[in-house]
Amino acid sequence: MKVVLKNLTKRFPSRDKKHPEDVIAVNDFDFTIPDGKLIGLLGPSGCGKSTTLNLISGLEKPTKGQIFFGEDDVTKLPPENRGIGLVFQNYALYPHLTVRQNIMFPLQNLKGEQKMTKAEMNNAVMGVAKLVQIDSLMERRPAELSGGQQQRVAIARALVKMPKVLLLDEPLSNLDARLRLQTREEIRRIQKETKITTIFVTHDQEEAMSICDQIVVMKDGVVHQIGAPQDVYDSPKNLFVAKFLGTPPINVFEGEVKEGKLLIGKETVLEDVNVKDGKVFVAIRPEGFIPNEEGKLTLDLERIEVMGRDISVIAHHPLCQNTDIRAIVSSSNSIDIDKEKVRFDLKPEKVFVFDSASEERLF
Amino acid sequence: MIYPLVDVFIYSFEEGYNSASQTSFGTGIYNYSYVLHDPYFLQALKNTLILVVITVPTSTILSLLISLGLNKITKLKELFQTIYFLPYVTNTLAVGLVFMILFKKTAYTDGMVNILINAFGGKSVDFIEGPYWAKMMVLCIYTVWIVMPFKVLVLTSSLASVNPIYYSAAKVDGTSNTRIFFKITLPMISPMIFYLIITGFIGAFKAYSDAVALFGTNLNVAEMNTIVGYVYDMLYGDSGGYPSYASSAAIILFTIVLTITVINLLVRNKKQVNV
Repeated sequence: MKVVLKNLTKRFPSRDKKHPEDVIAVNDFDFTIPDGKLIGLLGPSGCGKSTTLNLISGLEKPTKGQIFFGEDDVTKLPPENRGIGLVFQNYALYPHLTVRQNIMFPLQNLKGEQKMTKAEMNNAVMGVAKLVQIDSLMERRPAELSGGQQQRVAIARALVKMPKVLLLDEPLSNLDARLRLQTREEIRRIQKETKITTIFVTHDQEEAMSICDQIVVMKDGVVHQIGAPQDVYDSPKNLFVAKFLGTPPINVFEGEVKEGKLLIGKETVLEDVNVKDGKVFVAIRPEGFIPNEEGKLTLDLERIEVMGRDISVIAHHPLCQNTDIRAIVSSSNSIDIDKEKVRFDLKPEKVFVFDSASEERLF
Repeated sequence: MIYPLVDVFIYSFEEGYNSASQTSFGTGIYNYSYVLHDPYFLQALKNTLILVVITVPTSTILSLLISLGLNKITKLKELFQTIYFLPYVTNTLAVGLVFMILFKKTAYTDGMVNILINAFGGKSVDFIEGPYWAKMMVLCIYTVWIVMPFKVLVLTSSLASVNPIYYSAAKVDGTSNTRIFFKITLPMISPMIFYLIITGFIGAFKAYSDAVALFGTNLNVAEMNTIVGYVYDMLYGDSGGYPSYASSAAIILFTIVLTITVINLLVRNKKQVNV
């Protein structure tokens, strides 16, 4: 089931008397989520991603715009009639019910034709429980489960009605680092097995990049870029997207374009830049540096971190906005740590140029 | 803590104990036998049981309904909460006086309630000095009215403490409001409800001042005595001066309250295992 958002807007009335204008949580969203894919809504906190999820689920009503599931307009439908499964950030498992009762809860709400017999319910519950691998914990209560297990129960409860769309709100944020890695693979596996269109919200770009078919990068209620994770990473539309994706983060310099040449300070770092003259931001991915004694860009060397496969070079530059510049180079390169300066050439495909005023991509 | 209880227990077996001379005629279960055959005690026991059986469930259910209502409204919520809490800080006897005025039939007026009854075509009833059921009804209404504020307060705050995320989750799953109430709200606030029921039982069994406020100190004549009232009368009343009988009655009351509390706790524990 594809999900289409049309001019979707949500305003909240301001509670602050000094700033009586409405808060725009979601501003004119217009995109399509393809059928059977895993989509990540990605952005810093307060960017409106959870609101978007709540609008899709029906827990919030949009101020303007429409939502379609497939061809059906669901904008005015209450949540229970939309056929969605929702996993809350803190799981919202009913503490007084066992795992089995929690998962069965949505089925017991079904009325009329959809009503199931006890045996059908038990089958459905055991089916999803096996899918998320909690079938041995059925009689426990949520308090007797680990965070990861609770997460699985929450997913099972959302899946048991076989929803058309599965919505996950920050599903991994309450888990520790190792469990997070495991669980995100798990979410990917479950999504692939069930082929349910899944939308998940996260502020962690690594999480989104690693498992999503498509990511939607948002900030301040505005969609900045939509695309496959690698495409967005390789060609960010603006400085925000470039900065938000990637660990270690991209290195941003204040630079200038003069007669097709890209300058950082007095050094020409790239030739043949097809941008008109003016002040720009130059953003360089950590993997975009090639160590070269005769290199074009000179940095003040701080230290290096050896990580086996790679070396991380930490350096400074007066025109760089980052406190530390991180360059990741292959460990076959040798960097002389006794020197005060280190010089690099740049890989042109890892260098992005943004307008200094609009922060839009120029090159 | 335990000493007074032990002392009362001992007195209750000492026949004709005299607190001034600290002497008694002997020990035995005569005191109990006397008390249990005393028509005044049986009347008091009956009154107390009726009071408990009627007021505890009524006040708990009414408080729950009011709390649910209070939890739903947004406007003037605080004002209503204050209004519902006012009776709690008002003196029992003053409230009793007001109830008297509402219900009492005098030579000059039939009282407000009777005027209302008349307006609907009913006949006046003397609620304060009239038939037994009428007096009992007034006592029950009064008791419910006086114990409700505290229950409303406790239930409103426990309802407010239920995380709204559970309601969102239930809503997404298409749960009906009735089912949300019985399957989510009620279980989540059940510890508080059990607390209120247990303290409600204990409170109702110990009722005394309420009856005095409405019917004066001569409760035996009014047929409105309670067990605690009986104990009091046995000690200090016009027919008083029998600490042994008073002790026996007190021990009987203690046994009843203890038994009911234990049963309550057992039911609760069993329920928690089964949910």
